[in-house]
Amino acid sequence: MRPGWLTQLLQAALVLALAPLLSGVTRRIRARLLRRRGSPLLQPYRDLLKLIRKEAVVADNASWLFRVAPYLILGATWAAAALVPTFATGLPFSAAADIIVIVALLGTARFLLALAGLDVGTSFGGIGASREMLFASLAEPAMLMAVFTLSVFAGSTELSSISAYMQTAGVGINISLALALVALIIVSIAENGRIPVDNPATHLELTMVHEAMVLEYSGRHLAVIELAAAVKLLLYLSLIACVFTPWGTAIAGAGVLHYAIGLAAYVLKLALLALLLTLFETAIAKMRVFRVPEFLGIALMLGLLGTILLFVSRVPR
Amino acid sequence: MIGFEGPDQLSRLAVGGVGVLLALAVLGFPGARRPSGCRFIYAGCLLVCAALAAIALLALLRGGASAGAPGVQLPIGLPLGRTLLGLDPLSAAFVLIVNLSAALVSAYAIGHGLHAEEPQRVLPYYPAFIAAMNLVLLAQDAFSFLVGWELMSLTSWALVISEHRSPENRRAANVYLVMATGGAFALLLAFGLLAGSTGQYAFEAMRRATGHGLGPAVLLLALVGAGSKAGLVPLHAWLPLAHPAAPSHVSALMSGAMTKVAIYGFIRLVFDLAGPPAWWWSLPVLVIAAATALLGVLHALMEHDLKRLLAYHTVENIGIIFIGLGLALAFHASDLPLAAALALTAAIFHVFNHSLFKSLLFMGAGSVLGASGERDMERLGGLIHRMPVTAVAFLAGCVAISALPPFNGFVSEWLTFQAILLSPQLPHWVPRLVVPAVGATLACSAALAAACFVKAFGMTFLGRPRSATAATARETDGCSLTSMLLLALLCLLAGLMPGFVIDALSPVTHLLVGARLAPQAAQPWLRIAPVDAARGAYDGALVFGMILVGAGVMAFMVRRVAARALRRSAAWDCGFPDASPATQYSATSFAQPIRRVFGSVIFRAREHITMARPGDTGASRLQLELHDTVWEALYAPLIRWVAYGAERLNRLQFLTIRKYLTIVFVALIVLLIIVAAYR
Repeated sequence: MRPGWLTQLLQAALVLALAPLLSGVTRRIRARLLRRRGSPLLQPYRDLLKLIRKEAVVADNASWLFRVAPYLILGATWAAAALVPTFATGLPFSAAADIIVIVALLGTARFLLALAGLDVGTSFGGIGASREMLFASLAEPAMLMAVFTLSVFAGSTELSSISAYMQTAGVGINISLALALVALIIVSIAENGRIPVDNPATHLELTMVHEAMVLEYSGRHLAVIELAAAVKLLLYLSLIACVFTPWGTAIAGAGVLHYAIGLAAYVLKLALLALLLTLFETAIAKMRVFRVPEFLGIALMLGLLGTILLFVSRVPR
Repeated sequence: MIGFEGPDQLSRLAVGGVGVLLALAVLGFPGARRPSGCRFIYAGCLLVCAALAAIALLALLRGGASAGAPGVQLPIGLPLGRTLLGLDPLSAAFVLIVNLSAALVSAYAIGHGLHAEEPQRVLPYYPAFIAAMNLVLLAQDAFSFLVGWELMSLTSWALVISEHRSPENRRAANVYLVMATGGAFALLLAFGLLAGSTGQYAFEAMRRATGHGLGPAVLLLALVGAGSKAGLVPLHAWLPLAHPAAPSHVSALMSGAMTKVAIYGFIRLVFDLAGPPAWWWSLPVLVIAAATALLGVLHALMEHDLKRLLAYHTVENIGIIFIGLGLALAFHASDLPLAAALALTAAIFHVFNHSLFKSLLFMGAGSVLGASGERDMERLGGLIHRMPVTAVAFLAGCVAISALPPFNGFVSEWLTFQAILLSPQLPHWVPRLVVPAVGATLACSAALAAACFVKAFGMTFLGRPRSATAATARETDGCSLTSMLLLALLCLLAGLMPGFVIDALSPVTHLLVGARLAPQAAQPWLRIAPVDAARGAYDGALVFGMILVGAGVMAFMVRRVAARALRRSAAWDCGFPDASPATQYSATSFAQPIRRVFGSVIFRAREHITMARPGDTGASRLQLELHDTVWEALYAPLIRWVAYGAERLNRLQFLTIRKYLTIVFVALIVLLIIVAAYR
């Protein structure tokens, strides 16, 4: 087997294996910041295992879609996460599915999740689905605008090329890139239901979005959905790390040592980003639902501004 | 005797197909009397359309007729010339698209068309409608183009009014007739300008006559004429009224095929006949297209009538297609042929995709309507249990139209984004300023479309039935199901193997902008890389495979570890489940957050809430106020003025003979003075 394929397989396994740990780390940091002791780092794995072993309770009128959706959601999210270069660039699949595809794959997952929320026919499922789609209708274009900026810079929509380009010396500090970064961060917070937008820890609150959609899930289905949510968080952090802090990432065909360094650097970057995310989360209060579109509107406008500046000012490659 | 090869032979066959369709139209009058006659007519349409699609595919794969090929000449037409019909690559591409969806719609109609209340009002016009669309596409001179266009308008008008008992349908047909007349008038003027004073009505002659400087006028007239038929804002007003008013299979044909003929008309006029474009031509096209996409999807979100929702989505998709066309125009004008070819491919690919999934969705809506008698989503729900196969097909259509991988809608959107990313190469700064905003609008409308189809599918097929008829709905017939599943399969296949479609379109881009995209068949696997592999590539099959493998691996792992036990129980709903289906989220409540964010300006949406006072046991009221701003700002004043003018002019009908003679005499004098002054 060629090394590229090995990297790809390793990467796919890595994102799935690391995702619960990442949510464990964020929970732990958050607990420490709130002067609680917090649960062990490996608690999410135990939770998942416990859920998987439990009997699944499904509502009477749930259709086949309700039972199939979790696996497809995870499939789409996992595929998207496997396409983001984490510790090494030059993934063979990455060449055939660019960053627009990644955004769209997350869209597919979201579409299925919203449908699953509507399937049982309860008001909570509906409220969650409706709000999720509202947020997405602003977050997705904002993300695409950031993607446009990056792609015009690198002359490619392919993430490996973008990452490799960002490693070159000629990039420097650029206003469009900064705007794209801010837009991407806002989108990441919103899409993962982190605090100013949604609270992953709450339940039974009328402002909840993600939790309302998955309210009817239990047992193994819930476990798969929770895992998909963890993979999604990992994906967004990896994306930011891959594009804006590409240092240390092993280049395709480098030696084993480079891969080891890349792996260490990736874990370090993730930990740092998790720390920053949690710091931001604990420092800010949850906002009302109808403030969120304004928050996301800022991201969209910043992204658009960055793209327009770039399109007008730059003769691209 | 000419051999069975050569594009002329194919053109001849295509014209023969149109003749057979017209004959079927005549047979439709006696055929409508009994169900077997109906089936015969629809089956005939199915066969002829399939044959026409095959002919067009053959012509397209051969690269179409070379320029200047004689095609077919019919000895009828204007005194100055004969009717010219032929299949050049552009015609062939659209003949293929239109007839593919027409064939499958006809197959659907073999089952569904029997539901028609008065088949004699549908059956004769249906084949004639398809024949007219083909005539427009085959026409190689302005005269036959316009004859076909008017025939298409009239036959579709007859189909819109076929269920004439509801006043709503009659109003729709009236608005449609007025708008169609106006549009045809604009096209007549455009061709008149291009034909010049010598009256050269053949397209070939118009193509040769460059340097007339009439391009901007032709562009404007094409935007009005073809744009009104396609549904560009603000000329879309008739579309969401007329498309849903027709029987569902005709709605599918109008949305899936007729709007494509309008787009063909625009491309033919602007890219082929109007001469070399200037850099600013793209600006009005792009701005109108972006407005169309956004307004279309927002209107669709506010709608809870399933067929009207789909019709508004046609408006949105027309906007997306015109964004591609506007980009192609910008690149073409700036002498960037490869980028122009990419944008044009994206646009025509989306034309193809839209013809597939919009036909599919209208068929699904028709099946739901036939099974439950309801178009209103507020009275549907839970149909995934009652109509499982329709639900699968409709879901595929929803995913495809929401531009989500691995279905086909995503591919054309991806191509459009790739074209947008090439636009910094444009030399002029104004389009470079406009294009990112257009891109943001496109992204926004795609995301809103996903929201809208979560609503459409969720409210219709998921949840609990909201009415008794929805609770007792029955799955539709086998013919309808087969054609819906076929369309769903085509949507998936076009998404998995987009390279074939792109390659098939290369003669079209070569004809119109003088460049071809690199052959995609040369790419490894089923990958497409329109510009070059380093700029970005997409492999739908790989993405699909990854989703399936990921889901499969997970399901396998879970099954290894998990308890297989599954218990059915009442819904949890946070401990307070309510047995009444009215407590579910409804279509209106689903759209409420979006209405609140986007609608307060665009629709001047207001909510009037009357709360019962504490202690009062009376009901509270929520009244929702929405305005169609375009109609109120543009059409309502126009209608008022026309009515006012007509009222005034009414007096002229009641004059004495002396006054009439005076008026005639004065008019004569005035005209003579004008003529004298003009000389």
